[in-house]
Amino acid sequence: MTTAWTVVVLVGLGTAAIKSLGPVLLGGRPLPRRIGALVALLAPALLAALVAINTFADGRSLTVDARVLGVGVAALAIWRRAPVLLVIVLAAGTTALARALGA
Amino acid sequence: MPAPERSHRDGVREVAPLAIAVLGFGASFGVLARAAGMGAISPIVMSATTFAGSAQFAAASILGAGGGVASAVTAALLLNARYGPIGVSVAPYLHGGLWSRFIHAQLTVDETWAVAAEGEGRFNPKVLLGAGLTLYAAWVGGTVLGVAFGDLIGDPATWGLDAAFPALFLALLVPQLTTRAARLAALIGAAIALALTPFTPAGVPIIAASAGCLVGLTKAHGETTP
Repeated sequence: MTTAWTVVVLVGLGTAAIKSLGPVLLGGRPLPRRIGALVALLAPALLAALVAINTFADGRSLTVDARVLGVGVAALAIWRRAPVLLVIVLAAGTTALARALGA
Repeated sequence: MPAPERSHRDGVREVAPLAIAVLGFGASFGVLARAAGMGAISPIVMSATTFAGSAQFAAASILGAGGGVASAVTAALLLNARYGPIGVSVAPYLHGGLWSRFIHAQLTVDETWAVAAEGEGRFNPKVLLGAGLTLYAAWVGGTVLGVAFGDLIGDPATWGLDAAFPALFLALLVPQLTTRAARLAALIGAAIALALTPFTPAGVPIIAASAGCLVGLTKAHGETTP
């Protein structure tokens, strides 16, 4: 519980500071181009890592289990331009079904 | 005849279809945060104070996997780092006092930023505020629903909720892969994370993956190369 609250407070304060950087602190001045280009690539790098870890990691070992099926179906749904909510439901549903069938 | 200037109401109207999706998205955060052991109240407070989906999901997934406070906070803030430049792009169009600019800044997220854009790098602060307040209500309201619903669920694995996390991150990732540099950063990020998993505590591989953004140094104009 305390761990969760510490994270909530720190992420909240940090995010507010990041969002305020331009409008409140810099007051309309631009950022150096180089930094902008690097920051733009942070989200794809981190999101891809989150996909990989949440699909294959089980504690400190890498496994292939029912989640892979769910993520595969999700990838197909994203490719077919399904809304995010449907993507999530399909992934969870596929994985739950696979587990129920003993995969 | 010039196009009439857009107002707060236009912001609300244009973002309404997204608000329905965000409500459901907020509900999934509530359910998954509960499943990750965050309790009932802290996910709601997090939605109300952080108001940034991918960072909140990242923090919850790291906590759920047994990662520490430092890992969860660092990963979430790195994911939110993009709001630095986004805020900078909006700043010249925010006029009011410090408090007003602060509120507009907090409501500037990917979707509201896109809706408020008027081309040639200009932004409409009224549209931003209308759209921002609408999405904020949907996000926090959705989280409350999700937390309440999460009580009824029991073991999240039975429902495949552990697969909902990667599916969601994939849905957030794909629209970002529009440039060669972004695809390369994503590949490197995933490779680093998987390679480190056996050797480091939960959460650390995610943070190390941020090194993937360094491809931006070698490809100075990578952001415009398709």
